[in-house]
Amino acid sequence: MWTEPFFLRAMAAGLGLALIAGPLGCFIVWRRMAYFGDTLAHSSLLGVALGLLAGIDLTLGVIACAVVLALSLVALQSRRMLASDTLLGILSHSALAFGLIAASLLTTVRFDLMSYLFGDILAVTREDIAWIYGGGALALALLAALWRPLLALTVHDELARAEGVPDAPVRLGFMLLIAFVIAIAMKIVGILLITAMLIIPAAAARRFARTPEAMAAIAAVIGMIAVLGGLAMSADLDTPSGPSIVAAAAVLCLIALLVPKRAPRTGRL
Amino acid sequence: MPQAEPLPSRSAATDPRPLVDAHGLSIALGGRTILDHVDMTVSGGEIVTVIGPNGAGKSTLVKILLGLLKPDAGSVGRAPGLTVGYVPQRFPLENLVPLTVERLVTMTVRASRAAVTAALEETGIPHLRDADAAGLSGGEFQRALIARALLRDPDLLVLDEPVQGVDFTGETKLYRLIGEIRDRRGCGVVLISHDLHVVMAESDRVICLNGHVCCEGVPETIRTDPEFMRLFGPAAARHLAIYPHAHDHDHGHDHEHDHGERAAS
Repeated sequence: MWTEPFFLRAMAAGLGLALIAGPLGCFIVWRRMAYFGDTLAHSSLLGVALGLLAGIDLTLGVIACAVVLALSLVALQSRRMLASDTLLGILSHSALAFGLIAASLLTTVRFDLMSYLFGDILAVTREDIAWIYGGGALALALLAALWRPLLALTVHDELARAEGVPDAPVRLGFMLLIAFVIAIAMKIVGILLITAMLIIPAAAARRFARTPEAMAAIAAVIGMIAVLGGLAMSADLDTPSGPSIVAAAAVLCLIALLVPKRAPRTGRL
Repeated sequence: MPQAEPLPSRSAATDPRPLVDAHGLSIALGGRTILDHVDMTVSGGEIVTVIGPNGAGKSTLVKILLGLLKPDAGSVGRAPGLTVGYVPQRFPLENLVPLTVERLVTMTVRASRAAVTAALEETGIPHLRDADAAGLSGGEFQRALIARALLRDPDLLVLDEPVQGVDFTGETKLYRLIGEIRDRRGCGVVLISHDLHVVMAESDRVICLNGHVCCEGVPETIRTDPEFMRLFGPAAARHLAIYPHAHDHDHGHDHEHDHGERAAS
């Protein structure tokens, strides 16, 4: 099983995703954007359906849909008509509903709804892997370029802006990154479980890190262990692979939270 | 506490123009008027304390001075090349980003380890350089934030409620530290406080804000001002405590700032 080509492709795809989801997920956790990630993820079903209807590349369709949603969210938030979490709830579930309706209207194309909702990592193609590694490298490079200003804005938005950090381009770049990673993660864990791959490894890494960079690296490693563990479970017990990976991540996170805490090194006299 | 070498002040002696010169600031947020024709100037070497009740528009005023908010009317003049150090009011201490104090203070500036240590020495916490920022006490955290502002070598230091979450003795020490920084560096200081009972004695001017400027003057006279009495009641005026001077000093001017003079400057 472990040497079958489709299984090797699955491992390559999952490890690639964990590598980029770890660092990006840290920012989702720090900025308390788990619900935002969910909203963008739900919009990706609509992106797939519209992409099929328009006959464009599905990854591009998903990215475009997520970007439109992110921008409309920013526009709506600035009007302050509704609380942010209410807005997210409305956008998240209406995007999912419209996506499901659009998918049901696709009678001419074969459309496997379950594989989009829960992922189908065992079916990834060479082309998918090229997307994950090519796009993932690009995403990591962009995240590295944004790292310092994005971190400063995350720690204290107003202070960073008062100190001259440009917030609009950094915020936009960050949203594009999330949209992109959701598009590539969809194939692997599915729309409903994407946010888990972003936040669970990052949350598990928090206790072991003293610097933001260490937390990002540890999150990537935990995500990779979860991918291998989940795939092993999927192979041995014949469980669905996407949920198995998320379940493995959840178990790792639980273990991380239960490990006795080291004495904090505060450096105090 | 080790003292850093005095830094040459940019403008206090050579440039007679104020660091910040705000005229007729008005702003409404969500249909409510927050500020109404507020004038405010700050010069080099001067400590201006802004007091006022909750909702008086103090933090809004700070955001306009910093350029984070655009006023609906009025203008803010800033001295050319002005560098501002800002210590914000609310800082989410439960923030999940793991940061050492050194990292916190160098978030937006590149500074050598020696410069970081010097800034932390100036605020009295050099031993906390490698400590986890989330584990600091309220007073230690404020000192770290002031060190972050000092690393920019500011001409103007803006502190929004710096003694919030700090106990009484820590409060006195923090006020003294702010006075020392001004004396040493000659920078202008804007200090925001909602605590009507306590005004730092080092203040050269106190501006009493409640949507508009109610009254303005030196700390010793503000409590007898009829406008202050009317706004905060005679009890508040009676209980207004002036922090004792930590040391004697002379700023070389006589604290005469009436409205006509400011309008003309």
